[in-house]
Amino acid sequence: MKRHLISTADLTREDALLILDTTEQMAQVSARSVKKLPTLRGRTVVNLFFEDSTRTRTSFEVAEKRLSADVINFSAKGSSVSKGESLKDTALTLQAMGADAVVIRHSASGAPKLLADSDWLHGSVVNAGDGTHEHPTQALLDAFTMRRHLNPGVGHDLAGRRVTIVGDVLHSRVARSNVHLLHTLGAEVTLVAPPTLMPFGVETWPCQTSYDLDAALTKADAVMMLRVQRERMNAAFFPTQREYTRRYGLDARRLALMPEHALVMHPGPMVRGMEIESTIADSDRAVIVEQVANGVSVRMAVLYLLLGGSEPAITTSSANTSEETGK
Amino acid sequence: MSTTNYLIRNARILGGEPQDIRVTDGVIAEIGAELAADGEQEIAADGLIALPGLVDLHTHLREPGREDAETVLSGTKAAAKGGFTAVHAMANTFPVADTAGVVEQVWRLGRESGYCDVQPIGAVTVGLEGKQLAELGAMADSAAQVRVFSDDGKCVDDAVIMRRALEYVKAFGGVVAQHAQEPRLTEGAQMNEGVVSGELGLAGWPAVAEESIIARDVLLAAHVGSRLHVCHLSTAGSVEIVRWAKSKGWDVTAEVTPHHLLLTDELVRSYDAVYKVNPPLRTEADVLALREALADGTIDIVATDHAPHPAEDKQCEWSAAAMGMVGLETALSVVQSAMVDTGLMDWAEVAERMSAKPAAISGIPGHGRPVSVGEPANLVLFDAQYRGAVNPDAFATRSRNTPYRGMDLPGRVVATFLRGDAKVLDGELV
Repeated sequence: MKRHLISTADLTREDALLILDTTEQMAQVSARSVKKLPTLRGRTVVNLFFEDSTRTRTSFEVAEKRLSADVINFSAKGSSVSKGESLKDTALTLQAMGADAVVIRHSASGAPKLLADSDWLHGSVVNAGDGTHEHPTQALLDAFTMRRHLNPGVGHDLAGRRVTIVGDVLHSRVARSNVHLLHTLGAEVTLVAPPTLMPFGVETWPCQTSYDLDAALTKADAVMMLRVQRERMNAAFFPTQREYTRRYGLDARRLALMPEHALVMHPGPMVRGMEIESTIADSDRAVIVEQVANGVSVRMAVLYLLLGGSEPAITTSSANTSEETGK
Repeated sequence: MSTTNYLIRNARILGGEPQDIRVTDGVIAEIGAELAADGEQEIAADGLIALPGLVDLHTHLREPGREDAETVLSGTKAAAKGGFTAVHAMANTFPVADTAGVVEQVWRLGRESGYCDVQPIGAVTVGLEGKQLAELGAMADSAAQVRVFSDDGKCVDDAVIMRRALEYVKAFGGVVAQHAQEPRLTEGAQMNEGVVSGELGLAGWPAVAEESIIARDVLLAAHVGSRLHVCHLSTAGSVEIVRWAKSKGWDVTAEVTPHHLLLTDELVRSYDAVYKVNPPLRTEADVLALREALADGTIDIVATDHAPHPAEDKQCEWSAAAMGMVGLETALSVVQSAMVDTGLMDWAEVAERMSAKPAAISGIPGHGRPVSVGEPANLVLFDAQYRGAVNPDAFATRSRNTPYRGMDLPGRVVATFLRGDAKVLDGELV
């Protein structure tokens, strides 16, 4: 594993499978009555959130605590963008405090890479979502969820599985991370969006694109709906919410077009009634809540692999970690 | 008048055969082989290329207002080290250079600095707001004798204001230098809109935002019979429009920056804001089109768009960072790398594009003259054989936001003379 997790494009197939397999182990821990490993005892992990995200921060925090890390939540809302302390000074502060890892969420694309490439801090950097760039742990938890349903088993990938991602691809860090990772894992990705919400140059991405949702649903093994912010229509990306929902929303009629086994996914937070009909979000076809649960396991695996490294995540006795080391 | 006279030995004027140049009382007094010394200080220029002092039509000196980034003094020192004997100071200072008072202040600061001539550029509109014409005539009639007007940093996007400005400056032989950027198409724009911006999730600055304004402006200039200068052309499409306008015989000139001749948007993948500039770095295809257009004369001149910024405005998130790069001290090396070493231009053409033509567009007297007897001794001696890594710590500019840090670039300015006065000798300020 590399020292940082910035982009899923940096992950080899082996890296990705190692994370997914480690996630399976972590999921076992989460199923226990005592959901705790001593792996990161004495290590300090900082959750550096420049942007509100209760869901992602909480998920990371739970993961860190289950690994016994010392957790610091550093809410830095109002970054240098709005005249607060600069990212550089914040990083120098965290370095001085001895952060072993920094989990960063930032509204500016590239902020995590900037931290990782700088000499401001020496710990591992985990990208928890940067602007409209990437959200790698979201893609990993999505892939993990898909693998469990579509090709379960340690060492398995997603070869040949068809994934349709629908919505505001242009502004979606989740879509970018998923395209890279799913391609690496052998899946075939189709992005569906109105032309206004397709990124420039998307034809060079390792995926298919379509403006026609119905056609893209019939062969899908999983359909991932992306959140669409209502404000987008103010910038003329689409005329009205109703028209968006008609053309790109997932409703009962469209659900019926999908194969029986196909999963309905959503990275959250959902805008019910916009990109997804409420009854479908609550239906048994949806694995949305499962995605959230898997998020904790994936983040445990990532932090463990970045910080713990060579020791097995789980030993026969979870209290006894140091003796049976090595691969 | 200069106190020292010089005899420059074996300089290759415009890259030609070695000759001696006698500089007496600020004027080129004699050119020939093995001239007899007459008490002058002798300069061994063996192997060096002699060019007319360079003229930059697009320089941000930041004073008044942002003296933390640059002052007229530090900026003109940087200019001299880069081989420039005249720079044109852009109007986007604080306060904006939109009155006779501010342009005269900049002009006076330039005279006091003494390292190179400073010709202020006046704002087209009050406060660069694009709404009301600034007192262009007052600036033209001031001691600064402004002839170039620009809202650079912002586009004069209102077609009526642009039309009136183009017309109005005809009364005193002025020219409007347009920063071509359609504002609505570039709201929040961070980098060139293309494959890289899509992957990086950075808001795009599409080529059409530049090209649509240039297309409109050349049509406006033709319609009212005015002169138009297009700042920092950055796309292949812009080249096509300017080429078309020139083919019609319209009075349009255009500039390209050194960085747009060498660098591409692939560099943005680092998210290092030192590569953030406006207009943004474009694609390889654009770079090649710009080089070709500079070589064939479609693009008239190279201008640096030297834009100093303090470290804190660059060592931050990409979207929070300031746009711009310093360029005075690397311009000639970059042009050598992109144009001369590639065989696209010779040194006479470099002199044309970096001295004669910019001086002609501006009308600044005493600059851009040929290296010949009787002309003002504005000269630069350049070692084109030199190869070395760019070291920003040795820059004279107050800022360090260069995209060339550590890059091996050819060539080095050895000496710069302003009206016979040595401002740089052995690569160091005098």
